[in-house]
Parts: sequence; structure tokens; C-alpha cells
Amino acid sequence: MTIDRNYLETMAAKVRIDIIRQIHAAGSGHPGGSLSAADILTYLYFAEMKVDPADPDRKERDRFVLSKGHAAPALYAVLAEKGYFPVEELLSLRKLGSMLQGHPDRKHIPGVDMSTGSLGQGISAAVGMALANHIDGSTGRVYALLGDGELQEGLVWEAAMAASHYGLDDLTAFVDWNGLQIDGKNEDVMTVTPIDDKFRAFGWDVQIIDGHDFDQIAAAVEKAKTVKGKPQLILAKTVKGKGVSFMENEAGWHGKAPSEEQAKQAVEELGGEW
Amino acid sequence: MADKISTRQAYGNTLVKLGAENPDIIVLDADLSKSTMTAGFKEAYPDRFFNAGIAEANMMGMAAGLAFSGKTVFASTFAMFAAGRAYEIIRNSIGYPHANVKICATHAGITVGEDGASHQCVEDLALMSVIPGMTVVHPADGVSTEKLLRQVAALDGPVYVRLGRLAVPVVYDEGTGITLGKAILAREGSDHTVIACGLMVNEALQAAETLEKEGISVRVLDMHTLKPLDEEAIVRAATETKSIITAEEHSVIGGLGAAVASVVARRCPTKVSMVGVQDRFGQSGKPEELKKEYQLTAEDIADAVRAADAEMK
Repeated sequence: MTIDRNYLETMAAKVRIDIIRQIHAAGSGHPGGSLSAADILTYLYFAEMKVDPADPDRKERDRFVLSKGHAAPALYAVLAEKGYFPVEELLSLRKLGSMLQGHPDRKHIPGVDMSTGSLGQGISAAVGMALANHIDGSTGRVYALLGDGELQEGLVWEAAMAASHYGLDDLTAFVDWNGLQIDGKNEDVMTVTPIDDKFRAFGWDVQIIDGHDFDQIAAAVEKAKTVKGKPQLILAKTVKGKGVSFMENEAGWHGKAPSEEQAKQAVEELGGEW
Repeated sequence: MADKISTRQAYGNTLVKLGAENPDIIVLDADLSKSTMTAGFKEAYPDRFFNAGIAEANMMGMAAGLAFSGKTVFASTFAMFAAGRAYEIIRNSIGYPHANVKICATHAGITVGEDGASHQCVEDLALMSVIPGMTVVHPADGVSTEKLLRQVAALDGPVYVRLGRLAVPVVYDEGTGITLGKAILAREGSDHTVIACGLMVNEALQAAETLEKEGISVRVLDMHTLKPLDEEAIVRAATETKSIITAEEHSVIGGLGAAVASVVARRCPTKVSMVGVQDRFGQSGKPEELKKEYQLTAEDIADAVRAADAEMK
């Protein structure tokens, strides 16, 4: 499959700028894990998923569940850029009365398929959605994005077991493998590796890719669609804080807002104007 | 009217009927289908029944996903593992996004019997009632279970239905009008009102019978819907009778007694006595022995009414 790499890279830069602007305006939020997930989300919404911002609830649509709900600014950015709601609304993130809650709220935000934020729960709901597609013979696919730290939640493995038990080949889950969580490196907090072998042992098809390379993301998503009888895991090696020099690979930027000076530098590094 | 049926059996029977009427009904269970009685649905509609295995948290998460794909989901396990173990998944994935999931939890209360405290949930009504938008229902008998479940199935949103293991007497005629959110006036009376739910409704009716012979007239309200609560029926009881006695097979903390007392305190201060589990865990024993040990019998209700009556003379 051929992809328009320039278009996707330009869009991903916009999404990253949106992320920085949102979190700076909110004064709190999670930039590190939003930036690491930005390319995967950009690919799904701008090159892959059958969704229609004019008809967000269409039954036979592809669905996306942000299981690592704290990356909400990345999801809100792609939804706004896709046309689900005005880009200007992004600056209301985390403010009283805004639909853009700190973590995704499906009741109020068009295009959000599941309310998430409590780790482990999104993938479980995604399994239910994929199961519904099977029951209905629907052509829709279900995508989910998990964090690597999130894999420490037992519920993830209950869901992983169920997805393979039911043979949910319409479910593709990404792990945003940036290696860092709030308290530090995954292996210092609670070892999650080997992630690939764990999912294989649970009956999943597993691919490992560079989560910032659109060609690799595209190839993995295409291959996943050909897998029959199994859910698919795309283990995406990523860089926490990707695209902003002073945030990259810094656990300290998991859940902290940039100052005005830092936000300006970040936006400029991403090719935007402050 | 001496027939006995457990509310879990009535649930299983009703589910089979509902399955024939609504093809969007999906049933999930967590390896307890022969106990929760969802096995009948599984046999009738194998394509619409899914065993989640012994993984209640994931069952609730999947239920939410199915609901947001247009299904009416009934998810069953024991009350302890539904309201207890899966609490936060129910709160965040079902309650917060208002998913159309009916959590039908069986083996609630101490009358689970011999399995003991680990399986005797006396906290579930409290846990479920505190979730915004959650409808909470606890039927008294087989007839009301079916009538209420039909309304629960038609409601778009999350519902917790508390069901029992023990076979209990049928209290109502098939012709009794039963409406979700409206207390049933199970017996008229003028001196005191017993407000009960679940199997305590039958105990309350027996207590009222005994007290009638002693010259105390007792009104019995079946408060099968704990949320939204029928406040007007409570206010009428508080203003038309001398005191209120609540009766539940649940902790007196956070359950029916607390809910009734809250209405009474706000709207019509009146004495409220509470028959229920007094901040204790359950234990192994035969259901009837446990009802005596935990003071949940008709005689215990009658004693509470007598005490209130003596105090208020």
C-alpha cells in the first residue's frame, strides 16, 4: 500500500503542535505519552479508519479506543484536525464546562468511542466492540492503543485472553512502547517485557515496528488485516515526548505542562509559529 | 400462593422470554451460568451467550463495549464479584459513560448460606447506589422479578439488579401492577410502616400479620427500586404513620435503611428503625439459621415495630 508520507508527516506535526498548545493552555496534562502516540493516531485517522466526522455514530464504522486515556490531547488533536469539532475548541482542554475532559468522555465528544482514563479498561471495552462486530457480521474494525506501563494492569491480560478465545481478528491493538511511566523506566517500576512473547502466549499475532515510521505503521496495519482468527498486536517502539527535544525520553514530562517559554520552543521545533 | 421460587431462577426464566422478544439482547456470565441461571438463555440462544471465564472485571468491560455497539447486555455473576471485584470497571466503563448494561447479580446477601462471608455480599446496594445514573433494583419474589426485569430491559442505561440464591415465597399475583421506581403498597396499615426490599418483604408481611393480632396496624411497602427512590411513598409513610422500620438483607450502612433515613431527615423528620446486617461480615450456616443469627426474620421486624410503638406511646 502506498501512503502519502509527506501529508502524514505534516499532519503529525500539526497534531503535535495541537498537543503542546492544549496542555500549555490547560496548565496540566500528559505531553510525553501524547507525543509518543501522535504518529500512530495520525496514521489511523488520516490513512486508515473508515470514519465520517459528519456521521460519527454510523454503525458500520471503524472504532478506536484510547486505552491509555491520559494521551487524550493526542486523540482530541486528531479528532479536531479530522473535522469532528473546531480546532479552536482544543484550547478548552481540562477547563470547567469543556467537553474536552482530562480523559476521554464518550458522552460529550463526537468521535470518541469509549470513555477511558482508568488503565486497562479501554482494551476490555474494545474486546466487547470487536465481539459485537463478530455477532453482527460487521465489516468494521476495532483499533485500540495501550501504554506499556498499562500492561501492568491485570485487566489487560483478562482482555487479551478473551480476545484470542473469541478469535477476534477484527481487533488490532497497538502498544505505545516508549519504555517510561510516571515513576521512571518500566523495568525499574515493574518489568513488562517480553511484551511480544506475552501476547503470543495469549494467542495474538504480534508485529514489532518503529512507531514513528509511517511506512512501518502502514505495513503492519495492512498485514494485521490479513490475519484470520486471531487478534493482532502491533508493538510500536516509540520515544516518549517525540518531536520536542527537551521532552524526549524524559519520564518527568509524563504529566507536566510546559511553561510559555517551553511551549514556544516546542512549537517552533515542530515547525509551527508561537 | 405458597409457591416458592428464587429470584435468580425467575431471572433465568425471564431472560429466555426476553431473548425471544429482543434479538439485540446479549448475555455474559463469568463461569457461573448454572448458578446465576443464565444457562437457560445459553441453551436457547447459544450465539448470543458469551462466557467471560472467571474474569469479572473483563466481563464488565466487554459488556460496555457491546453496549456501545448497540447491544442490550445482561452481565451476571455473584453480587460479591460484580459489585465488589468489578466495582471500578462498573463505575468507569459502565456508569460514567452510561452504558446500556444490566448487571444482574445473584447470591446477594447472607442467605447464600454455607459458602460463608467471602461470598455473602451485604455491601452491593451501597456500592451501586452511589454511582450517578445507576438504577438499582432488588425484587422480592418471582413475579416482581419478571415484571421489573421487563422494564429494566426496556430502559436505556445501566441497571444493577440484586437477586437471591434462596427459594422464597411468591408474594404477588400475576395481576399486581408493578412499576420500576414506585414502591408497592404490599399491605395497608395505619400505625407504623415497614419499608422492605428483597426477601425481607415476605418477612415484613408475616410480621404485619402477627402484629395485627396484637392490635398494631402495619403498612408494608416493597421498595424494590432503591434508585431512583420513591420519595413520595416514604413521605406519605412518615406523615400518615407513626414511625418507619426498614428491613433489608444488606448492611444498614449505605443500603435501604440509610436511603430512607436520608429522605426522612430531609423532608419529614420521623423515627426510623433499621433491621439489617449491623456492620458485620456474614458466616457459614444454613440460610434460616443465618437469618436468625443476623436478626433478619419476621420476628425481628415485629420486635423492632413493638419497640418503636412502645417508645412512641
